[in-house]
Amino acid sequence: MLKDITLGQYFPGNSVVHRLDPRTKLIALIVYIVALFTAGSWLTYAIAFGFLAVSIAVSQIPLKAIVRGMKPLVFVLIFTGILNLFFTGGERVLVSFWRITITLEGITRAIFMVVRILMLISATFLLTYTTSPISLTDGLESLLSPLKKLRMPVHELSMMMCIALRFIPTLIEETDKIISAQKARGADFESGSLMKRVKALVPILVPLFISAFRRADELATAMECRCYHGGDGRTKMKLLRLKRPDYCAFLLLTALLCVQAIVSSVGL
Amino acid sequence: MSTTISVEHLSYTYPGVSDAPGVPVFEDLNLTVEEGSFVAVLGSNGCGKSTLAKHFNSILLPCGGKVYVGGMNTADAERLIAIRKTVGMVFQNPDNQIVANVVEEDVAFGPENLGVAAPVIRQRVDAALKQVGMYEYRNHAPHLLSGGQKQRVAIAGVIAMEPKCIVLDEPTAMLDPKGRREVMDTVLRLNKEKGITVVLITHHMNEAALAQRVVVLDKGQIALDGTPKQVFSQVDKLHEMGLAAPETVELCHDLNTQGFSLPLDSLDIEECAQVLYDVLKA
Repeated sequence: MLKDITLGQYFPGNSVVHRLDPRTKLIALIVYIVALFTAGSWLTYAIAFGFLAVSIAVSQIPLKAIVRGMKPLVFVLIFTGILNLFFTGGERVLVSFWRITITLEGITRAIFMVVRILMLISATFLLTYTTSPISLTDGLESLLSPLKKLRMPVHELSMMMCIALRFIPTLIEETDKIISAQKARGADFESGSLMKRVKALVPILVPLFISAFRRADELATAMECRCYHGGDGRTKMKLLRLKRPDYCAFLLLTALLCVQAIVSSVGL
Repeated sequence: MSTTISVEHLSYTYPGVSDAPGVPVFEDLNLTVEEGSFVAVLGSNGCGKSTLAKHFNSILLPCGGKVYVGGMNTADAERLIAIRKTVGMVFQNPDNQIVANVVEEDVAFGPENLGVAAPVIRQRVDAALKQVGMYEYRNHAPHLLSGGQKQRVAIAGVIAMEPKCIVLDEPTAMLDPKGRREVMDTVLRLNKEKGITVVLITHHMNEAALAQRVVVLDKGQIALDGTPKQVFSQVDKLHEMGLAAPETVELCHDLNTQGFSLPLDSLDIEECAQVLYDVLKA
């Protein structure tokens, strides 16, 4: 069951999207989200969708991987859909019984919201799938580096993120092992009331935490042995440098924003 | 030959928790490791093998006595980075020493900390990965590798810092036989071809038999010190300390108690077979 979590997992590859500077991709994601939230009509959504579809196609990320990553979010999607469906006021009432009214506007809005979330998440997945966590944190560190002057621990934060990402698969594997070990001793995680099942998680969480702390301690020693002494005087193997594809990406993003703005102002 | 590591009158006591008295590990330990040598350190559990290893690069500092690494006192806080650059360490659990999500970026971690320029890091990372035979895996995620491969990546991460000496603290304890062989082959090659001094802390007698020198620790003291043949032929002493000799020596030793008089210095199967063949033929 834990094998399904693909959030934040990197698919190595060599597509144009993979080779883009992580800073470009981070900014692109932000710009894209802005474009998504300003979209309000079928045409603007279609443009945003087209942009995303082309990006995914170019990245050579299997569509299956993105769909798989959506699974844990199905509940949120349904919830959003239903909420918008029932609680959007409008003129063109389609169905009305008891206190619930479904309007045409409600249906449109529900579809828009669900599609918006789907595209938003797909775009985020595209970022995390095509960018190794290290270059992602490098990009973040570089983008946030002006904050260093305000004494924000930017390097430390990016290091912490990087290590957290590195240990997700390791800890998932460990959790699987602990679950098997506790099952072998007769633990029951699947039946009983909700309270009982929550309580059944304690014998998983306690060993997991103990082992995570032990790992953290060992990792700290190993990092010290490799001369880690904070961000001062540290260099990088992979220097971030904007290349031609990055400038092209910026151009395309600007184009996207302009088209969206023009289309909305025309009122299509 | 010059010495890489020298330990002089080392004493160390683990600090006790709250009011409890500390646990003394070493009282007066002396040891020197020659440059370019391959030393195996053996000992039963709790004899202080790992504690000793941690003194070699300032993870622990002596309570008394001195430890010198390439002429530098490990207690000298100002030379900490230089010391850790000289003596690299590889630990037991490969998962807990890999920092990055991609093999090559993990190998680059050490040189990056040392402030090496980017193109030089690239060269060192490629060279290090080639030396441990993991170059084809440079873009892999570490958690998808086998234990032996992960441990080789950890070794590459250390040699990318270009240390004079590598200390390996039971690097094969969590590996299967195949992984164990991969790691040992790599270590032997680095010692022979690159002249890197190797200190191998191990539980496996067969691995220790590959070293040039074997040091046996017992109760915080050096109990035996010599070539593998010299050390392992003292089977009874090893047994007293809760250790065993390699199987081939144990076999000869057992046969000797049954009335044979075999030499106790055959460390590999070929040699042992030859000895037995000669005796049975006579």
